[in-house]
Amino acid sequence: MPAPDGAVMSRRDAIVAALRRIVPGEGVIADSASLRAYESDGLTAYRQMPLVVVLPETTAQVSEVLRWCNQAGVKVVPRGSGTSLSGGALPLEDGVLLGLSKFNRVLDIDYDSRVAVVQPGVTNLAITRAVEDRGFYYAPDPSSQIACSIGGNVAENSGGVHCLKYGLTTNNVLGVEMVMMDGEVVRLGGQHLDPAGLDLLGIVVGSEGLLGVVTEVTVRILPKPQTARALLLGFETVESAGQCVADVIAAGIIPAGMEMMDRPAIHAAEAFVHAGYPLDVEALLIVELDGPHAECDYLVEQVAKIATANGAVTSRVSTSEDERLAFWAGRKAAFPAVGRISPDYYCMDGTIPRRRLPEVLRRMAALSDHYGLKVANVFHAGDGNLHPLILYDANQPGELERAEDFGSDILRLCVEVGGVLTGEHGVGVEKRDLMGTMFTEVDLAHQQRVKCAFDPQLLLNPGKVFPTLHRCAEMGRMHIHHGAVPFPDLPRF
Amino acid sequence: MADQVILRPNGTDELVEAIGQAAARGQRLEVRGGGTKSAIGRPGRDTTLLQIEGFGTVIDYDRPELVLTAGASTPLAEIETLLAQNNQMLAFEPFDHAVLFGLAPAATLGGVIAAGVSGSRRLAAGAVRDHFLGLRGVSGRGEAFMGGAKVVKNVTGYDLPKLLANSWGQLAVMTEVTLKVLPRPQTVQTVVLSGLNERQACLVMGQALGSQADVAAAAHLPADINGGLALTALRLEGFEPSVKARVQMVLEQFGTTAPCDVLPTEASGLLWEQVQHVKPLQGEGALWRINVPPMAGAEVIEQLKPAGARCLLDWAGGLVWALLPITDSGQAVRDVASALGGHAMLIRAPEALRLSIPTQQPLAPGVAALTQRVKQGFDPAAILDPERFI
Repeated sequence: MPAPDGAVMSRRDAIVAALRRIVPGEGVIADSASLRAYESDGLTAYRQMPLVVVLPETTAQVSEVLRWCNQAGVKVVPRGSGTSLSGGALPLEDGVLLGLSKFNRVLDIDYDSRVAVVQPGVTNLAITRAVEDRGFYYAPDPSSQIACSIGGNVAENSGGVHCLKYGLTTNNVLGVEMVMMDGEVVRLGGQHLDPAGLDLLGIVVGSEGLLGVVTEVTVRILPKPQTARALLLGFETVESAGQCVADVIAAGIIPAGMEMMDRPAIHAAEAFVHAGYPLDVEALLIVELDGPHAECDYLVEQVAKIATANGAVTSRVSTSEDERLAFWAGRKAAFPAVGRISPDYYCMDGTIPRRRLPEVLRRMAALSDHYGLKVANVFHAGDGNLHPLILYDANQPGELERAEDFGSDILRLCVEVGGVLTGEHGVGVEKRDLMGTMFTEVDLAHQQRVKCAFDPQLLLNPGKVFPTLHRCAEMGRMHIHHGAVPFPDLPRF
Repeated sequence: MADQVILRPNGTDELVEAIGQAAARGQRLEVRGGGTKSAIGRPGRDTTLLQIEGFGTVIDYDRPELVLTAGASTPLAEIETLLAQNNQMLAFEPFDHAVLFGLAPAATLGGVIAAGVSGSRRLAAGAVRDHFLGLRGVSGRGEAFMGGAKVVKNVTGYDLPKLLANSWGQLAVMTEVTLKVLPRPQTVQTVVLSGLNERQACLVMGQALGSQADVAAAAHLPADINGGLALTALRLEGFEPSVKARVQMVLEQFGTTAPCDVLPTEASGLLWEQVQHVKPLQGEGALWRINVPPMAGAEVIEQLKPAGARCLLDWAGGLVWALLPITDSGQAVRDVASALGGHAMLIRAPEALRLSIPTQQPLAPGVAALTQRVKQGFDPAAILDPERFI
């Protein structure tokens, strides 16, 4: 992380007083016992007490807080529900933690236009809860959906098991109100579909809280499908399970969800929730189909045929809603199930081209031997998003470091086979230093120029995403071409 | 512009060189792929033509991966043929602007991405930006860079493809693009309701999209552009048993609202081809593309009718194509669009009008300043056709 600024820390009392003038009452938290609650997010291996926490209630307060911090040169870390798995909301010792938990209202629902306008602190699941009595839902469903906020989803571009068919957050958000670091309030997007100029909304979603603080979100809501059915398919090899996935898609079928688990994950899940998973298979697939009854019935039959053709040794089709949920129970409990057989686990999140899966799993097994740490795999098979869970014991000296090294090697492997460092958890602090394996300095500089356009002093959530943040003045420099500097009098930031 | 200088870089190195030199000289460039959208924007700009033509091959296409990577100057038609042969498609249903301008089809993949060209399926399947996964290109700085990736699920770093889609080449020149592709539906049918006015049509389209019928596209042709008979079209796509069931759902929902017909695949295709290329609005005048919240589509038509507008609604009312008389200043279009929370872009118009009104709707001051700073980051010498939409 950037070295803490001693000068800022020595002004702590003045900073707290200034924030109290903007957000009166209990909205400013400065005592260390209460601050403790904010010291980490979902990536608990990283902890840091913030300088102070501020919980504004209005856009005007957010704007004033940011404007004041910008002028005072004080860093700000935005935070939704703090469920990030990549340290996106990790506080800074010399920074203000700005929590959006009081922005918790659903502002407007328009069923004719199929949109909901909500404040950023509303949880993902609460949007669905607000519209489900009219038969609608909000599609992206990250596994933390009961707790994670829609503002955090926008920052991280969160996914979920249904995103192959329904898209990530970015595909379901139509507009935001956002406060920039200098306090200016802008509206990007709206209830219309295409942008009037550059798609700034598209770059804000997934920017990990480095570009602005979102204070209102307009999302698309969808009618709930008439029904959903699932198949539970077991295979003797990972290759045949992978081929089954490829054949389903080649047949023109985009399932609502298509999840794979490897042998260690199957065993851990079964021991935990007794979902009835077969224990003598190397790979288990859950394929969920949704839509009208006629469509589900037809597609279930097609997928079952494809599975048989690929040598499935287990093939069960849900005949009731209870059975469908039972199929999912093990998969949804995979993380805690692994947590039960190991004191600690470290969840990775790379994406690979699906065709490289068998090779990646083989090489991961070799890495597992090399590091002496076990690994269980759950996999969003439809879109190639891999979640290896590395088992370790933080109480054993050196094991956390070994687990992190193992994880980094897995992510390098993902990039090497043509994939990416993170499919849905974000870069944060966790994968920041691996960015160079995927991007060149020039690639990263083009990304950072976007950051400079939004926050030229680099005060908003520094230390995340970019391995090194260059001063924006340096970023503005043009390389000298054939000895000529273009337009030396042009204003540049 | 027959006497315009034309640059034809061959490969990325030459493109880097060409843009770097242009930046050093302050030479403004008009980036052109197929040239099908050249008549969009302010005429008479002092630019050098940068013809992108050496990036025309399919680089990687693996059907079950749902990903296609190709050179930016690959013709759209070639990509669509390749995908169709493999029972897949670009789900955002791009179209070739050549048809709107009476030219031979020539749109390139890079061109439709840079211009954010999405067709009727955009309503349910998303736009170009939702299917655009990765790119290689050269920014206005004369630097080759990449953004995004070649897999369908990725949140590593900033989503530069989103920024490049709909940027009209004003940030960078793309050389290679990666897109998500999807299976082509086995069956397509369209339920057509007759005789609804615009308000009724918007309501019906909204209700249909709020139903479980999974409507893929919804358009309305008012009576005055369709030989006196208004048509409201709801497209249903997918596997045959499913489409059959969903057509029944729609008929049950609206059977008493208006006379309904079901168009089979071929007739359905013809109707949507009319909508796609805005065929009912051919002829003299100024053609506007107006984005508004879906329920506001009818309001746009009502407000523009007194000015002599003829309109077509797509995206369940959220997209209004409006043809206004050649004498209209366009200011009313702009005002109506912004009052309803949307914006209007001038697509086809005589030069005089394109000189007198900006092609794109002016942005709110804060957003305009932000946009300008982003552009400056990618193109500090302001050489990538900065006056096109002014």
